[in-house]
Parts: sequence; structure tokens; C-alpha cells
Amino acid sequence: MPVTVNLPSVLAAHTGGARSIQATGRTLGEAVADVAARYPALAPRLRDEQGKPYPFVNFYLNDEDVRFRGGFAATVQDGDEVTVIPAIAGG
Amino acid sequence: MPITSSRISAPAPAPAPALPLTARPLRCRHCGVERPAAPVAICELCLGPLDPVYDGGRRLPDAETISRRPPSLWRYKEWLPFDGDPVWSLDCGFTPLIEAPALARRLGVARAWVKNDTVSHPSLSFKDRVVAAGINAAAAFGLETIGCASTGNLANAVAAHAARAGLTAWVFIPEDLERGKIVGTSVFGTRLVRVRGTYDDVNRLCAQVADRFGWGIVNVNLRGYYGEGSKTVAFEIAEQLGWRLPTAVVAPMAGGSLLTKLRKGFGEFLDAGLIHGQPPRLYGAQASGCAPIVRLLERGGSTLEPELPRTICRSLAIGNPADGVSAAQAMRETGGWAAAVSDAELVEGIRTLAADVGVFAETAGGVTVAGALALARADHLRGEDEVVLCITGHGLKTLEAVLDVVPEAPVIGPRLRDVIPLIESLEQRS
Repeated sequence: MPVTVNLPSVLAAHTGGARSIQATGRTLGEAVADVAARYPALAPRLRDEQGKPYPFVNFYLNDEDVRFRGGFAATVQDGDEVTVIPAIAGG
Repeated sequence: MPITSSRISAPAPAPAPALPLTARPLRCRHCGVERPAAPVAICELCLGPLDPVYDGGRRLPDAETISRRPPSLWRYKEWLPFDGDPVWSLDCGFTPLIEAPALARRLGVARAWVKNDTVSHPSLSFKDRVVAAGINAAAAFGLETIGCASTGNLANAVAAHAARAGLTAWVFIPEDLERGKIVGTSVFGTRLVRVRGTYDDVNRLCAQVADRFGWGIVNVNLRGYYGEGSKTVAFEIAEQLGWRLPTAVVAPMAGGSLLTKLRKGFGEFLDAGLIHGQPPRLYGAQASGCAPIVRLLERGGSTLEPELPRTICRSLAIGNPADGVSAAQAMRETGGWAAAVSDAELVEGIRTLAADVGVFAETAGGVTVAGALALARADHLRGEDEVVLCITGHGLKTLEAVLDVVPEAPVIGPRLRDVIPLIESLEQRS
């Protein structure tokens, strides 16, 4: 299933400047794995060595925090948007 | 009276020329890589958070030197992330530390104080501290537009500080914040945007806004500099206690940053030899309707589980606190703990603080007081303790929280015969 993955500008250097890239997979984890395979320099920045998300990098599926939808196990559908945002403190 | 030559012959010495303001370099908290100063908060290599790096060989002032400086948070400028002289918000900080004997008796501790940031200048919350740092970071980088994602107090602070600096401010808040916090922001001519969603939605949006527009969003891309302002709470507590430490500090937790910066601040003063002894045990308080950090501490481990906030304490309603893990670590490693309190308890906490100390706090203050009482009941606070409660925002910002619980005042005619029976009946009742 093709989904769009939106990256923060700090990661665009690893995709040849692209901020939005297409990825395929049935789950978010598979889509992230697809991105990691095509852009190896991105891989360690999106997930740890076991393929799990870092606590300080948030993934949003159609603007919803994926931790409310099962994390990397969340199913994705054709046309979904995934947004990667480093955790930022607020207040 | 004529001006004589003797009166004009000795003009005051000209102030020393200001040194140009620059921001300190940054270092990634996770991978340790350093980078030059910039309005970025995220490591390009690993996406970890960036913290400012201080010159370990810099000359530090002694207590007497600090004591002679103007009463603002800039008296601790050697521990703030700049070189040169700040240009804006020079009059923030150094709020009162109030001894609270009635509250100490209620808590069952030896002594208690309230660090009273309800009277912080200019926007009546401790967010003036972080914005003072953030707006000077914006100055150092030549940014003319600042902004924030906020649960209210930060919105007020960014709006006020930007207005008097002549900067444009874009402030993003959840749409349903308390009226006082909305009006207390828009009155400054701020470009205030109310977002349908929770604070965490607003925060995500602002991360994208900062990335797209290059503004100085103080708690996003200026966050490394901004956060350092919170350390001044610790510095002031130590100085105002007579250059010594309390045994425990209780603070509210939203993003968790204040707890981590309290720890850092006390640690830096210990390292500088300005104070001695054991760092205070740090305790955090949250509303039970949004207590992801308390639950992380109780659960153990280091995986924070985000929550959807359901509490009247909007100022602490951050369900996905980015500094939550660090805050839990700070509490564990100092021997502290945390407490979550119900909305009813936090309202009672506001009234308790008003009755015992004469301080009117917003909802976060009620959480802090109620949390301290819960910690005392659970024997986390002890009879020999000297405790400081960090009260971070003024109650006029969240009138809605107490409107239904404060007694309604009687209405009478402007006649003595109306007031006499009223006084007699009230005195009989008391």
C-alpha cells in the first residue's frame, strides 16, 4: 500500500532533499522498513537496531500519534500520510 | 531651585558598553555531537534533543557578587546559555520565596516555603523565565518573529515579551483554554491561533510550523536555550534560603522540563561551590486526568505511555510529555516521588494555598499543593523536611476552576441598617 512519509527538514539531507517520500507496507513498521531499505542513511534515525521506534521520535498516522494505534503495528492504507516529528517539550 | 555648577559637575559614570549577545553552541543529549549555535533543537544525526554547551573555564561569580546584582534572573547570567549581554526581558525573575508556617503544619514538615511565581513579571507565571531566555536566543539569531505552542501560561508570556520587544508573535493554543489565558494573550496584539485539538496536537503542528517558516518558536526550535531559563527557579531558591538547600522541592509537571531543570540548577550551584550538601529530593505533581509521568514513575522502566488529557488543569494537560522520561529519572535519582490528584483535590489545593499562604494560584498551583499533601500523607515528606513548593502561575488566569466553590458575596444597599444585621449574622456563624 503506498503511503506518503513526511520528514522533518533535518532528515532531508539523507533523501537528496526530498521532504515527502512514498513507501509501501501493510503496517507502519513495514512502511518505515521500506523507507529504511531505500534510504540506508535514514534507517538508524527512524528506528533502533531492533527495528523499534525511539522514544524521542514520534510518528503520526494521519495526524494521530501512532502510539494510540498500536505503534509500528498500526495498519496503513493506500493514501495514508505518515509524519515523523522529533519529540519536543512544551508547556 | 537653580542648578548649580557643583550639582552638574559630577555626572554619573557612563554604563559599560553592552557586549554583543551570542548564543552558546549546542550538544546532542543522546549522541554527544556538538554543533554551532543555531535556532534548532534537534540533532541532525540522531534526532536527539540539543542542549547548550557552557565554557567550563568561564569565570563564575561568588555569592557576594551575585547578591549585589540587580534582582532579576540575569544575576545568574553565567549559567544562562549566552555570551555577552542580554537585550530583552532584563526585568524577569527573582520572585518572592515566602515562608508558609501554616502550610508546613498541614504538611507535617519542619518548614515550608512557596516559590511564588504567581507574581512573575510581566505575565504572572514562571514561563516568563523561559521566555526571557528564548527571546534573547531569538535576538542572538536575528529572528523577528517568535511563537509557541502553549497550554496558556507560555502563550501569555510570549505575547507580553514579544509586544514590548516589538517582535511579531504567533501563538498556537488548544481552542478551549480558559478565557483569562486567551484574553491575556490576545490583548498584546498577538497573532493568536486556536487549534481544534489537544495541546499535543498543537505541539505537533508547531514543530511543523517551525520547520516550514523558520520562526523562533521558543519551545520548539529555540527550546535548548529557552529551557535553561527554568534553572533560575533553583538558583533563586538556593540564594533566597541564604545560600543553602531545602531537603525537598515539589513542582508541577506538564512537559516535565521544570523538574529536570531544577535538578540541573541545584547541581550547577553545588558544582560551583555556592551551596553545599545533599541535592533536594524532587517531587512532581500532575492531575490524575493527565498523569503520564506519575504513571511512568509508578510503573517503572523508561517507556512513557501518552494519554489523552481529561482534567480542568489545562496548564498541565500534556499527554505526551517530551521530558517525561528525564523528569522521572530526576525524581528517582534524587530520592523523590510523584503524586496525581483529582480535579476536586486540585481545587481544594487552590483554596488551601489561598487560606494558608495568601497566594492565589492557577490550577497547576492547586495540583502542586494537593500533590504535596498526598505525598505527605504517604510519608514521602517527613517531619524534619524543609520543603519548597513551586507555585507557577496566578489564579486570575483560571477563574473558572474556583467560580463554583467560592462563597457568593452578599449584596446590600449602601445603608448602615443593611450592614449591621449582616455583620451580626456572619459573626454568629463564625
